[in-house]
Amino acid sequence: MGFKRKKGDGDGEEMESDGRGKPSFNGGGQRHVILPSMIKNKDKRSKVYAKQKHEKKLEKQKKIRERDAAEKRALELGEEPPQKQIPKTIENTRESDETVCRPDDEELFADIDADEFNPVLRREVTPKILITTCRFNSTRGPAFISELLSVIPNSHYQKRGTYDLKKIVEYATKKDFTSLIVVHTNRREPDALLIIGLPNGPTAHFKLSNLVLRKDIKNHGNPTSHEPELVLNNFTTRLGNRVGRFFQSLFPPDPNFRGRRVVTFHNQRDFIFFRHHRYIFDTKEIKPSDKGKDGVAQERVKPRLQECGPRFTLKLVTLQHGTFDTKGGEFEWVHKPEMDTSRRRFFL
Amino acid sequence: MQHDEVIWQVIRHKHCSYMAKIETGIFCRNQYNVTGICNRSSCPLANSRYATIRDHDGVFYLYMKTIERAHMPKNLWERIKLPRNYEQALEMIDKHLLYWPKLLQHKVKQRLTKMTQMRIRMRKLALKTREVIIPTPRRDIKREQRREVKAEKAALLDKAIETELLTRLKTGIYNDIYNYPESLFNKILDDGKKIVNEVEEEDKEVGVIEYVEGDDDELEEEMEDMEDFSGFPSKESYLEDSDEEDEDDAEEQVVIHKKGRALKKSDDNGKSKKKSRVVVEVEEEDGGTRALKSLKL
Repeated sequence: MGFKRKKGDGDGEEMESDGRGKPSFNGGGQRHVILPSMIKNKDKRSKVYAKQKHEKKLEKQKKIRERDAAEKRALELGEEPPQKQIPKTIENTRESDETVCRPDDEELFADIDADEFNPVLRREVTPKILITTCRFNSTRGPAFISELLSVIPNSHYQKRGTYDLKKIVEYATKKDFTSLIVVHTNRREPDALLIIGLPNGPTAHFKLSNLVLRKDIKNHGNPTSHEPELVLNNFTTRLGNRVGRFFQSLFPPDPNFRGRRVVTFHNQRDFIFFRHHRYIFDTKEIKPSDKGKDGVAQERVKPRLQECGPRFTLKLVTLQHGTFDTKGGEFEWVHKPEMDTSRRRFFL
Repeated sequence: MQHDEVIWQVIRHKHCSYMAKIETGIFCRNQYNVTGICNRSSCPLANSRYATIRDHDGVFYLYMKTIERAHMPKNLWERIKLPRNYEQALEMIDKHLLYWPKLLQHKVKQRLTKMTQMRIRMRKLALKTREVIIPTPRRDIKREQRREVKAEKAALLDKAIETELLTRLKTGIYNDIYNYPESLFNKILDDGKKIVNEVEEEDKEVGVIEYVEGDDDELEEEMEDMEDFSGFPSKESYLEDSDEEDEDDAEEQVVIHKKGRALKKSDDNGKSKKKSRVVVEVEEEDGGTRALKSLKL
């Protein structure tokens, strides 16, 4: 560069309170904050930076102390303590999505009525699942499939020949199956799950990760063959609703509560966590809390869970209308890498 | 002047850009080469009269070059479209390469055969569905794994499931299910008689004033700290009540504390006193319940 840029030159318009140049350029009466990056001398720069950091830390501590003192004072006086600040989480600051289902959305209800899952969910048809694999099977594949067979009632396994997937879909439709699950393997590990609703249901392609088999879980339980209860958490958007109903259509609609089995699909940040538990309700006495509430020993009912069955995570990759047809099918949702750019945007 | 020989000498012994030497042989990368091997007779540069078959989008063309046009590079290669039928194509080759050296004719026909076979196979394969491997950059894979771990932590799965089950219990869909508390079940199994007796006794003593010394014997013995005193058992639920007391009775007889005293203090934040016991070696009448007891903790 031939010449040195004069400090403050060109930045005159954007004078913020964190001033850019030396103090002389700032408006009078404002605090002079020097950006350490403007100082060329490394020794001096590091000193200034350390000092600023220390000051910030002191300020923060002071604020915390004041807040605590205010709370304590309010409690002593018997007044309401000041509102606690809610920490910001990713779920709190999620980008607002216009496709979130509202409870009074008529269009939603109409869509649900015209759904492909309706026959199963309205108890007209009992679900019957066919599970198969991709052409090459893996080390953990068969174990995973046998566990899936025990989790999902009324499911059958058939070896994959070298049949085309479309042929398999036809075969399954002929034999009156309601869903087809293909466990796909990559690098000797089950990698993806392809769930196809039949006869003309949607095809969902999920990425499977973090698979833990039953034998690897400590203190696992053994599931019975009662129909399980379903828990579907956090499927808020329209797409999420559709996926949730898809999972629902895999299981029989009338759970047997005596079996005390619960299968959970929990959606968090577009990851669907699958868990399979047996539960029981316990009553426990708890000590009266000393916050001035009633002094009687209360009994609370608490559920206890024992994990059984596999545990894995799913992530939706594509959702296609109609049965499996990658070339000619109509895709309702496809994951593209450009959707990952925002950390606060989720689709399910 | 024919200077094929000179060209060949220069190319072969000095340098030819189209030559590719690999362990199985020496190959020629030139698109017009008939056989694909770097040979004196197969080199398109070193032969003034040459013929090949090339393929454009599934259509085969016969390319020919003669000495007469050697000075016009733009019009050097003569192209003839071959019919789709294999036999007819062969006939056409025969017609055009009529008085050409036998070797060239033979090589051209061989090439035609090979290319036809390849064309058939490619078309068959295109009809079948094949798995396509889509590579993902490692950065994305790592990012997904990181996000998954954080999402799992944020999910608090057990808590979420438990709250959901609780809300369902409160709405009452489980009401007709005999969802028994485990302790009561144990008691009934072990000493059903004792409960019956207890019931009778209490019924008799209703209304009678009795002066009893050290009423809270059991409570005092187990209670080392005032902190651990969880209050007098409430009379809300009769069953639970007798249940707790009876159990304390049974346990009290044979309980062996390990080093329980010191450990007992601070993390008792309101849980029941049974929880604060670290080790419970309970010898009871029915040995079978021991397994169930250990589950409880």
